Amino acid sequence: MIATNLAIPDLSFSVEIPHFGGSGCAMVAAAASAIVSGAATVVVCIRAIDAKAFQHAMRGPDRVRPFYLDSGDFLRPFGWSHAFFRHAVSLKRHMHEYGTTSEQIGRVIVAEREYGALNPRAMIRTPVTIEDYLHSEWFIEPLRELDMTPFNNDGACAVVVTSAKRAKDLKQRPAYIMAAVQSSGPYTQAWYEFPATIAYETAARTTAERLFRIANVTPQDIDVAEMYDCCSWEVLNMLEDYGFCERGGCGPFVAAGGIELGGRLPTNTHGGHLAEAYLHGVNHILEAVRQIRGTSSAQVKDAELAFVASAALPWPTSALILRR
Amino acid sequence: MENIRKPLPRIREETRGFWEGCKRHELFVQRCKDCGAYRFPPALGCHKCGSENREWVKVSGKGDVYSFAIPRGNKPEGVHPAFAAEVPYAVVLVELPDAGGVHIVSNITGCRLEDIAIGMPVEVTYDDVTTEITLPKFRPSHDVS
Repeated sequence: MIATNLAIPDLSFSVEIPHFGGSGCAMVAAAASAIVSGAATVVVCIRAIDAKAFQHAMRGPDRVRPFYLDSGDFLRPFGWSHAFFRHAVSLKRHMHEYGTTSEQIGRVIVAEREYGALNPRAMIRTPVTIEDYLHSEWFIEPLRELDMTPFNNDGACAVVVTSAKRAKDLKQRPAYIMAAVQSSGPYTQAWYEFPATIAYETAARTTAERLFRIANVTPQDIDVAEMYDCCSWEVLNMLEDYGFCERGGCGPFVAAGGIELGGRLPTNTHGGHLAEAYLHGVNHILEAVRQIRGTSSAQVKDAELAFVASAALPWPTSALILRR
Repeated sequence: MENIRKPLPRIREETRGFWEGCKRHELFVQRCKDCGAYRFPPALGCHKCGSENREWVKVSGKGDVYSFAIPRGNKPEGVHPAFAAEVPYAVVLVELPDAGGVHIVSNITGCRLEDIAIGMPVEVTYDDVTTEITLPKFRPSHDVS
């Protein structure tokens, strides 16, 4: 329908990528493949969300999505009701193994709400202090309400992918794709599933290996990161899984201001899902492009390399690196 | 709201042995017949070697709490409506050392929420929720071993 409304005479390439929030960067990877293969010259990657419909679907009965619930039989009878239980138990284990504190976790919220306050498009523009955070209500302990995106916006965004040659003549500065990859690791995983023995390692590890190898850069070369953030733990987990800090080091990393403007790795400079809007992480790709163009509301000076990670769950996940 | 039932597991070919064991108050974990890897939840193929040759192994049901989480909020999207009245409750991951260290998700009985701790020894107990389905739950173990 979108193609018709835009009077596009023919689509030579059209795919839908599953895997929920793990699919955003994968769309760009698929688009790039189509262009390199000659199947397409310009590809538009779209994500649109209708909040009411989305919330209804996420609370839907098993019969609506039975194919996703293979291990739901071993989760739902015990009150494990959705994916955030997985994040909560992973975070709890991490706090036990590495001493990660609520105060450190809250730094993610403080940072992203600050970015939201700078972003004229953001749904939430009020900052939050660490005291506000520590006194706030629990959601699924150790996750608090403030750790979560509200999931209550309608919205849409699009990324246009074309060849570097074609992009040379366009109005906006191009953001060149150095690498865009998908990876599942050895455990593919649907919405509710959990692998038998892994608490918090995710397919981000295998994605990282492929991504940085193809881009021929290291995590230390990245100037700005946009990471899928339905909850704060996802950002903390990905900081480790993608090698921006060592395993167990995410707490001290954010406590030192690591993801704030001026920090080692400004992250979710648009406010992410937590403050800008929930758009399945595709809005994170747009923000990475802005950082390359120099047009972000929280611009990292001379940003040369921007990193985007799609949801760490489910698997396969995806990620990409853009350069100026 | 009272009529909303807690979700029950569907029984499938590859998981039947587990649920039939629970009904007899016995805990069985699936193991690959070719490479010996335990797996949970049960599945058609082995995640280590890909073989479809599988067997059920009776295990002791003794384990340790590997992790847990406690829904505490009262928003409708927080938990399945059938569990809303029980909030706060705990969902635990129990590690079973004599089943290759696999993790099983369950609930803990006979223990206050504030006393649940990672590393706590637990043992399986059984909840006959219907005439067809028994759910394995865990209670604090008083074994010192």
